[in-house]
Amino acid sequence: MEIAPDVRTLLDRQFYLLRIRLSIWWANFVQFLNELRQHPLALGGGIIILVYIFCALFAEQITVQSAFRGNLRMRLQPPAWLEGGSWEFPLGTDAQGRDILTRVIFGARVSLMVGGLTVGISILIGVMLGTLAGYFRGKLDSLISRFADLLLAFPFLIFAIGVMAFLGPGFTNMILALTFKGWVEFFRLVRGEMMAEKSKEYVEAARATGQSHFAIIVREILPNIIHSVFVLGTLRMGYMIITEASLSFLGLGVPPSLPAWGSMVAAGRDYMLVAWWVSTIPGVALLILVLAINLFGEGLRDILDPRLKVEG
Amino acid sequence: MRVVKILERLLATIPIMFGVAIIVFFFMRLTPGDPVDIMMGQGGAVSTGEIERLREEFNLDKPLLVQLWLFLKDALRGDLGYSYILKRPVTTLIAERLPATIELALGALLVSLLFSIPVGILSAVRQNSLLDRLTMASSFLGISMPGFWLGIILILLFSVRWGWLPVQGRISADLKLQQVTGFFVLDSLLTGNRQALISSLRHLVLPSITLGAPVAAVVARVLRSSMLETLRSDYVMLARSKGAHEWNVVLKHALRNALIPTVTVVGLQVGILLGGNMIIEAVFGWPGLGRMVVDAIFNRDFPLIQGSVMVYAFTFVIANLAVDVMYTYLNPKVSL
Repeated sequence: MEIAPDVRTLLDRQFYLLRIRLSIWWANFVQFLNELRQHPLALGGGIIILVYIFCALFAEQITVQSAFRGNLRMRLQPPAWLEGGSWEFPLGTDAQGRDILTRVIFGARVSLMVGGLTVGISILIGVMLGTLAGYFRGKLDSLISRFADLLLAFPFLIFAIGVMAFLGPGFTNMILALTFKGWVEFFRLVRGEMMAEKSKEYVEAARATGQSHFAIIVREILPNIIHSVFVLGTLRMGYMIITEASLSFLGLGVPPSLPAWGSMVAAGRDYMLVAWWVSTIPGVALLILVLAINLFGEGLRDILDPRLKVEG
Repeated sequence: MRVVKILERLLATIPIMFGVAIIVFFFMRLTPGDPVDIMMGQGGAVSTGEIERLREEFNLDKPLLVQLWLFLKDALRGDLGYSYILKRPVTTLIAERLPATIELALGALLVSLLFSIPVGILSAVRQNSLLDRLTMASSFLGISMPGFWLGIILILLFSVRWGWLPVQGRISADLKLQQVTGFFVLDSLLTGNRQALISSLRHLVLPSITLGAPVAAVVARVLRSSMLETLRSDYVMLARSKGAHEWNVVLKHALRNALIPTVTVVGLQVGILLGGNMIIEAVFGWPGLGRMVVDAIFNRDFPLIQGSVMVYAFTFVIANLAVDVMYTYLNPKVSL
């Protein structure tokens, strides 16, 4: 155990506190990794997610072919393991003669970005509004809660499709369409947790020491409930990615110039009889990613927040 | 007493319906350009006088709040406006397409329950068996699999490769079916048309499986876990100690209570059935509401989109209400 050092100035003190905080975070992280080792499926899911993130980040560096320009003479080439396939195009080519593997790797960018951004923004809005509503209650709470209830009257996908219909296709509009209703679940979770935590003794104690509302919320309550938010966030991410792919499949998602798995599956439908791989392979990439995220999310829930568990 | 409560609950949905209509109305106004510009965009050169006349006809010259009021008044009377492209009342268009969508949703619900209830019960009774593990693994696959892709794979296998089932549509093009209700399976039963019945059922199989798969996955998991809980409870032990037959214990004592949380989950899945059908109808060329909405989006036919989204939301609210009512019948301890 480290003995408290000689703290003279305010800066020294802050620096010392920061070091302690960092070491606690690190210890928690190491403990989390150890617990993750007990859940092999979740660990596997986490590794697959990391591989996808790596591919998305370094798509240009790890691919040889172009994701955008094709060679019409090489159109609809089968994957390497089939008769007539070659290792030049390991997963075959599409109708424009573009390498499917390259496009699948680039497609990870759209899916991960949409998943990450929509869940991130939804968490931000949901946590902020949920905190205000659950901590302060009153008119603001009933106003936001009523609005949230209204949004819940729309099935998620229909709402997203409706918003996309009015805003028009495009990457930013898609993020808007998915977050417009996406925050509601986080809001409800945080609001409920805030209301429960607010009456606990540690919050009373913090209030007795004269801390401001802001300090109580940020320093005392939020660290206790943020685990549940992360767990829900992971579980929602897979759903958001599927929704993005569904919108892109319908032609309502990201612009066709960007390689997205949903639109790749849609484009391959016309060639199903002669080239099954064009729509099948991007779907497999999507399935593996969503499966990995869901497995990781379930493991995360078991480790961080077993209360949320509904299954036996 | 229960009827009064149900009525109360029904009344409580009215403000929600109004809210839904208001949200949809304002979304319509978010669109760049006003509806007349969009209509004219498809019609070619038109005089300014004509544009003014159309603006007046659609009440676009009035203040926004007046427009909202008129929209709500019309909607209450069942008038959801006029399709720009198909040149027919939106309500009629929706009424024509709705039976196909409901038929598909019911087919999907039936398929998913037929699969998930026995599987959920068996995997709880034989916990940790091979069947149990397979069920859990496939339910994970079910919730992680995008519907449009599953549909394509099923078409590739069952229609293209083996030729067992049709690829598209609701019934074979060469069959004539007299329409009574718009539900093809029901109509062919009513008119005693055996060929049409077989054809419409064959057309229903693949879309229903595709749409029902995620629902089946969720329901099987929840039923399994609540069965595990009830099977461990005291009253089940009592039933066993009285010497009741094992299947009697499982089906009569445990299942009835395990169904309570399951019904709630089935209710939540209605959203998936409604939302998913837009995608599945596009994959299987199913001539329902979802496909009409997707076409309307590409044609920028806003009254049709607006009306359909409202109908979807209302159906969702009513379905949730129905689930709540069913819930009180299953569990008398809960009041609405």
